[in-house]
Amino acid sequence: MWLKFEPRPEPSRVMTYLSPLLAVGLMFLSGLILFLILGKSPVEGFKVFFMNPLRDSYGVAELLLKATPLMLCAVGLSVGFKANVWNIGAEGQLLIGALAGGWLALRFEGSHSPFLLPAMILAGALGGMLWAAIPAFLRTRFNANEILTSLMLVYVAELMVSWLVHGPWKDPDGFNFPQTKLFSAAATLPILLTGTRVNAALLFALVALVVGWVFMNRSFMGYQMKVAGQAEFAGRYAGFSAKRSVWIGMLAGGAMAGVAGISEVAGPIGQITEHISPGYGFAAMIVAFVGRLSPIGILFSSLLMALLYMGGEQAQQYLNLPSSISKVFQGMLLFFLLGSDVFINFRPRLVRRRK
Amino acid sequence: MNHRKLALASLAGAALLAATGLMAAEPVKVGFVYVSPVGDAGWTFQHDLGRKQMEAAMKGAVTTKFIENVPEGADAERIIRQLAQDGNQIIFTTSFGYMNQTEKVSKAFPNVTFFHATGYKTGKNFGIYNARFYEGRYLNGVIAGKMTKTNVAGYVAAFPIPEVMQGINAFTRGMKSVNPKAEVRVIWVNSWFDPGKEREAAMTLISQGADMITHHTDSTAVVQAAEEKHKEKGTWSFSYHSDMTKYGPTTQLSGTTHIWGDFYTKTVKEVLDKKWTGTNLWGGLKDGMIKLAPINPAVPADVKKTVEKLEGDIKAGKFHPFAGPVVDQDGKERVAKGMNMTDAEMGAMNYYVQGVASTLPKK
Amino acid sequence: MELSFFSSILFATVVAGTPLIIVALGELVTEKSGVLNLGAEGIMSVGAVAAFATAHHTGSPTLGILAGMGAGMLMSLLFGISALTLMANQVASGLALSIFGVGLSAFIGKPYESIALASVTPIRIPLLSKIPLLGPSLFEQQGLVYFSWALIAAVAWFLYRSRAGLVLRAVGESPVAAHSIGYGVVRIRYQAVLFGGAMAGIGGAFLSVFYTPMWVEGMVAGRGWIALSLVVFATWRPMRVMIGAYLFGGCMITQMFVQGSGARISIPAQFLSSLPYVATILVLVLISRNRSTIRINSPASLGQPFLPDA
Repeated sequence: MWLKFEPRPEPSRVMTYLSPLLAVGLMFLSGLILFLILGKSPVEGFKVFFMNPLRDSYGVAELLLKATPLMLCAVGLSVGFKANVWNIGAEGQLLIGALAGGWLALRFEGSHSPFLLPAMILAGALGGMLWAAIPAFLRTRFNANEILTSLMLVYVAELMVSWLVHGPWKDPDGFNFPQTKLFSAAATLPILLTGTRVNAALLFALVALVVGWVFMNRSFMGYQMKVAGQAEFAGRYAGFSAKRSVWIGMLAGGAMAGVAGISEVAGPIGQITEHISPGYGFAAMIVAFVGRLSPIGILFSSLLMALLYMGGEQAQQYLNLPSSISKVFQGMLLFFLLGSDVFINFRPRLVRRRK
Repeated sequence: MNHRKLALASLAGAALLAATGLMAAEPVKVGFVYVSPVGDAGWTFQHDLGRKQMEAAMKGAVTTKFIENVPEGADAERIIRQLAQDGNQIIFTTSFGYMNQTEKVSKAFPNVTFFHATGYKTGKNFGIYNARFYEGRYLNGVIAGKMTKTNVAGYVAAFPIPEVMQGINAFTRGMKSVNPKAEVRVIWVNSWFDPGKEREAAMTLISQGADMITHHTDSTAVVQAAEEKHKEKGTWSFSYHSDMTKYGPTTQLSGTTHIWGDFYTKTVKEVLDKKWTGTNLWGGLKDGMIKLAPINPAVPADVKKTVEKLEGDIKAGKFHPFAGPVVDQDGKERVAKGMNMTDAEMGAMNYYVQGVASTLPKK
Repeated sequence: MELSFFSSILFATVVAGTPLIIVALGELVTEKSGVLNLGAEGIMSVGAVAAFATAHHTGSPTLGILAGMGAGMLMSLLFGISALTLMANQVASGLALSIFGVGLSAFIGKPYESIALASVTPIRIPLLSKIPLLGPSLFEQQGLVYFSWALIAAVAWFLYRSRAGLVLRAVGESPVAAHSIGYGVVRIRYQAVLFGGAMAGIGGAFLSVFYTPMWVEGMVAGRGWIALSLVVFATWRPMRVMIGAYLFGGCMITQMFVQGSGARISIPAQFLSSLPYVATILVLVLISRNRSTIRINSPASLGQPFLPDA
């Protein structure tokens, strides 16, 4: 006997919704097996990893805080991914966004203007867009592959942050340590829930989800993007596409990543250091895929990803496991999802093996 | 004994202990936050040695817990907070990047005492500590100056923060004090821990004529590189953070080793005895917070003697590695003759002294 | 023997370029069969840790290489199941493999962190190593350096001179046509993916067993991604992969040499460090400008899933 996949006449709607659940289920299952292999009680492991982070309201607040940048980056990326525009440099765009917005905070240090913060957010978005515009331009003008250029620019952005905090932007009273001054209150995002670190960035993220939904489902441009995405992929990797979808896809991703960046430095960090993002821009790609490139899906998948991050921290603290277990879970989740997706377009059938 | 009696007895016990000032009823939890994996050598490894030493010295009175590989970003705050929430009474955060996070959490937990290594912010329940690594560096430099044949030393460095600058400058001054022709070349690798790059940088320095190699990065790669090139190039090395004799058995001449255990024991005791009143400790050879790694038998006896005498002078306060005149690379006098550099001046050091061949990256 | 300034740069450049060549050639073969596997970074990481652990326990660097190769093949098998059998999006599958691999390697590698391995003595090729200037930097190298050169020739021969290579390219150009004349498209693609995985695993092994020699989390440090860009840079030609890899390696090494010379330059180190990445982008732009070279050389079906009997 031989397992064979037969194309369905049309994609299964049921499986479209079931497949992410299947993937999450499989991830839990493999997680249990993993804990067993590591000689930890699976029940205990499960509790520590998935329940501990949410044991009190502070934990829930931290989950929201952690999910915010993922949500922002993922919703922007999903616009491009829909059109097969593979911006994998959101991490770099996030950093440049943080620098652009942070520059305003440092430049107008003493200001109490209520316009400072909005201007910073705007600058963050523009910074991210600028960084994303480079691959978009190289792609549309010179046909250079955006997967590779956007990624190379991540390294350049990281070095730029490093140079600024070690050099021109260094806090003059900071004993030469690589960090800028702390942002003033007027340049810091307001906290939504007192006693926690959840700030206004969560609202930006929720708004972005709504705007993303309207754009993709209710606008002609969004429709065009989707159609562009259904065209052949091979040509795209090698270099043919509607220039417009490249521009829109890249800029949307850049803008949102930039907002995520400035929200981190004007939020929980409060200054620019070399450690702005623990890889949110990369993790957001998983979030976007697991969320089916749809804003509603992204809402859930970003929360799930944030939980995986925090679970890793818990496993590190209470199970003595390395925190990189988070990445193992995240990778598995995406793999299982991609695998489960086969059932959307195909029906599994056992057939007799052909001679 | 039934539960009630047990409760009563322990209550009485606690009262008694409290009355006598002993807090050892139940072991006090002490937490440590590390920036990298403990591993086998390096910054975090030394802190963990210190933690173990303290735990052994305070047997029964404390239990310790550490969390390694904690990133220095926004996530650190959550982890430090959780340590406090879990009942750790004393928390040491051992990397500069935890400063603001530790400060924030210390305000939320006034009954917990926090200590932050290498920072500059303090509070009522928030102390800082650091070591005068430059004292060891100066002595290493003296050995290098005597031992070099090419008159070139290579220095693999991470980032130009004051601690690193002090090290480079002290090493250079030590080297030049016994060998006026000596020069020090620096390669910045822009990373605290990247063995590939560190090794590449060491090899580069060696192939360009440096026969004395040291590092201010976290891996053993540089010492290993020197060991490997010794036969061909006559290269020697000086370790940093840990004694890396294991990795450079024939070629490590000496090194600057961090010792945190005594400090941890003393500090934890003080806090438990309620005698702690705020720490801004910057300890050196005298306080036992650093010491020289074993001096290689290849070093001639007279050089060894010179170094030991200098070590004694530093401990006794008779000699300061940055005693004036200190002249920087551009010829500007930073400390006048007859003066010693102040701690504040050292804390803001952002220039090379004369004898460093490289120039600092422009600001 | 005293190496001159030039020889030292050349020596270090060859060492830095070697893993890139090996990994990029593996990916090149994979892509020629029409499959885009972006997982090189993850495969290299797992290969590196597997090789290190094996070399540490057995004391044999050769076994280490084999272990890295085996681990790389296992990892690429995961990709194959996802992208070939289950016909999932290749870009997403590759990304998943990258993230998973980097995480997994850190996880497995935990007990091996900061253990040092004895460095392996290079193999000196008699006569050739006596050539002035070039000899010591080119012919007193690790075995895998020579392997990388042989691999270039082998891959070039395989793709353009052998029948199997012709079939592989046919599958990459037009899987439907190849299928209709009776070639097992999925099987051939699996083989190409496994070969790519094996090479990426060896590339990882080179880093952890010969280059550093040490295992640390994140030690692959983007080299997998650079290898991927080298394939496009080389417009899918094996010989050009070598040029690209040495160019990139040279960029990285030269900036160190400039610093180490003690010359009084005051360019921030970060600027110098970013040179290799900027250079890669520039070269990518130069190469990609000419659409026809890309079109002629890139496999027409790259990235498309193939469904037998569709």
